Amino acid sequence: MIRFNEVAVRYPRADVDALAGVSLEAPRGVITAVVGPNGSGKSTLVRALIGRVAIVRGSVFVDDTSVATIDRAQLARRIAVVTQREELAFPVAVSEYVALGRFPHLGIWRAANANDRHAIDESMASAGVGALHDRRIDMLSGGEWQRVRLARALAQGGDALVLDEPTAFLDVGHEMAVFELLHRLARAGQAVLLVSHQLNLVARFADQIVLFHRGSVAAAGSPDAVMRAEILERVYEWPLVVTRDPAVGSPTLVPLRSRH
Amino acid sequence: MSASRWALLIGALILAALLAVAIGTINVPLSAVWDALQGKTDTMPAMVVRSLRLPRVALAILVGAGLGMSGAALQGTMRNPLAEPYLLGVSGGAAVGAVIATTLKLSIAILPIAAFVGALAAVVAAFFVARAAGSRGDPRVLLMAGVVVGAFANAAIMVMLANAESNTVRNALWWMMGSVADATWMQVSLLLAYIVVGGAALVLLGRQIDILGLGEDAAAALGLDVDRAIRNVFVLSSLIAAATVAAAGLVGFVGLVVPHLVRSVGVRKHRPLIVGSALAGATLVVLADLLGRVLRPPAELPLGAVTALIGVPFFLAKLRRLS
Repeated sequence: MIRFNEVAVRYPRADVDALAGVSLEAPRGVITAVVGPNGSGKSTLVRALIGRVAIVRGSVFVDDTSVATIDRAQLARRIAVVTQREELAFPVAVSEYVALGRFPHLGIWRAANANDRHAIDESMASAGVGALHDRRIDMLSGGEWQRVRLARALAQGGDALVLDEPTAFLDVGHEMAVFELLHRLARAGQAVLLVSHQLNLVARFADQIVLFHRGSVAAAGSPDAVMRAEILERVYEWPLVVTRDPAVGSPTLVPLRSRH
Repeated sequence: MSASRWALLIGALILAALLAVAIGTINVPLSAVWDALQGKTDTMPAMVVRSLRLPRVALAILVGAGLGMSGAALQGTMRNPLAEPYLLGVSGGAAVGAVIATTLKLSIAILPIAAFVGALAAVVAAFFVARAAGSRGDPRVLLMAGVVVGAFANAAIMVMLANAESNTVRNALWWMMGSVADATWMQVSLLLAYIVVGGAALVLLGRQIDILGLGEDAAAALGLDVDRAIRNVFVLSSLIAAATVAAAGLVGFVGLVVPHLVRSVGVRKHRPLIVGSALAGATLVVLADLLGRVLRPPAELPLGAVTALIGVPFFLAKLRRLS
C-alpha cells in the first residue's frame, strides 16, 4: 500500500505549492487513478514519491514505513515507477532493458543469478512481451514499448506499481490492452496507482479515483462519486455532461462544444 | 558480447601494435621485434624497438584506452552521442593544468594531478556555460559550452607561453597537437596506474551508467542516487582523460569515434562497452600514430592532427543524424 499523508511540494522559485497537502491511499489489489487538468500536480505526486522533488510538509508511506527513512534501492524493490517520459539515447534489446529492473536488487557488485533471470522472464511473460526478447527497443511500436516498460517495472519485484500516463499516444486497442493488463496485475495483488488523462477509461477500470485541482484533492472516491458533471465542470473549466455508457454502464464524460 | 567479438577487438590491437613496432623510419623485421621483446638488444633494430618504438606504442595504447573509456562513460552518462573529453573542454582544462605545472617546474608525477584539477575546473565551467545557455535537454548545448571552454583554455595557454623561450613554445605547441613521440617508460608506468585504477572504477560504475541512460527520473525510480552517480562518472572520466593529456597532450575525437564503433558491433551495456572502447581506442591511437609516421616521411604528423582528420568527418555525420 502507498499512502500520501498531507504531502506538500513547492518548486524552487515558485510562489504557490505544486502540491498543497495532498492525502490519498493506494491499497493492494485495486487500481487507484489520479486524474485532473494539466498542471494540477499529478506528475509532481510521482516525482515526490521517487525523491525528485523535495517534500516540504507531510510524508509518504509504503505500508507503514515512511519513505524518508528507507534508502532508495530498498524503496525501488517495493515500488516500481514508470515515469512519464523516457527516451534512451542508445537503444538496447528488450531483454536487456527489462533486466535493468533488477538493478535495485543487484547494485554494482552482485552478478545476476537464476532468481533474477526468473524474475525477468516472468515479468516479460505477464506483460505479454516474451516474444520481443531480442528486438531493439527503438524498433517497437508505441503499444509494445509501454508494455515493455511495464515488464521492466514488474521485474523490480515489488508489490506496488505507479504509472504516469502509461497510455499516452496509444490507439484504442493498445490502450485497452494496457488497462486490461493493469486490471489483472491489481487483481493479482499489486497496488496500482495510475496517473491518467483518460477519464472514461479510468471510470471503467479504476476502483477509486482521486481528482486533482491546483495541487489539492477536489474529489475522491468511487468512479460514480467523482464522475459528476458539477465537479468535473468546475475542475476542467469546460461545459460537459456525464452520462452512463449504454454498452458497459460506467459513468462517461461528454465534453460539450463551445457555444460561440 | 560474444567471444568472437572480443577476439576481434584484441586481435586488431595486437596486429596494430606489431605493425607500429615494426614500421617506421627504419623498418624492423618481426624477428628483431621478437628478439627485443625477449630482452636481446645487441642489434641496432632491436635497440630501436626496445628504447623508442616499444614505449611509444605502449603509451599510444594507454592513451587510446583512456580516451575510449572516458568517451564511452561520458556519452552514456550524458545521454549524448557527441560527448567526449576533448569536445567537452575536459582535455583543454587538463592542458592548462599541465602547462601551469610545467612552467612551475613541478615533478612529472605531479603532472597528471595538476591536469586533473584543470580538467575538473573545465567540467564545472562547461556546465555553468551550458546552464547560462538554458536548454539542458539539447545535447548540442553542452557541447557548445565545452568548445567555448576549450577555446578559453587554449587562449590561457598561449598567454602563459607568451614570455617563454622559443624552444619551450615549440615543444608546448607540439604537445598541444598530441604526441607520443618522446614516450618514456616512466610516463608509461605512470599512465598505466591511472588507466588501470580509473578504468576499473569506471567499469564498476557501468551498471549505473546503463540506468542513467533511462533519464534522470526513471533512474531515480530504480533507486539510483542520480546526482552522485553523475558526479562519480565525471570525476573518473576527467581523471583518466587528464592523465592521458599529461602524458601525450591533446588527442581529440578518439573518445567520440570509438564508443560508436564498439556499439555498432552490438555491444550496448556499459561494462562491456567501456572495456571494448578501451581496446578499440588503443588500436585507433596506435594506428593513428603509425599513420602520422609513415604519411610524410621523414616528417612526423602530430597525433592529434591525425585523429582529428579521422574524427571530424565522423563527428559531422553524427551531428547530422542528431538534427
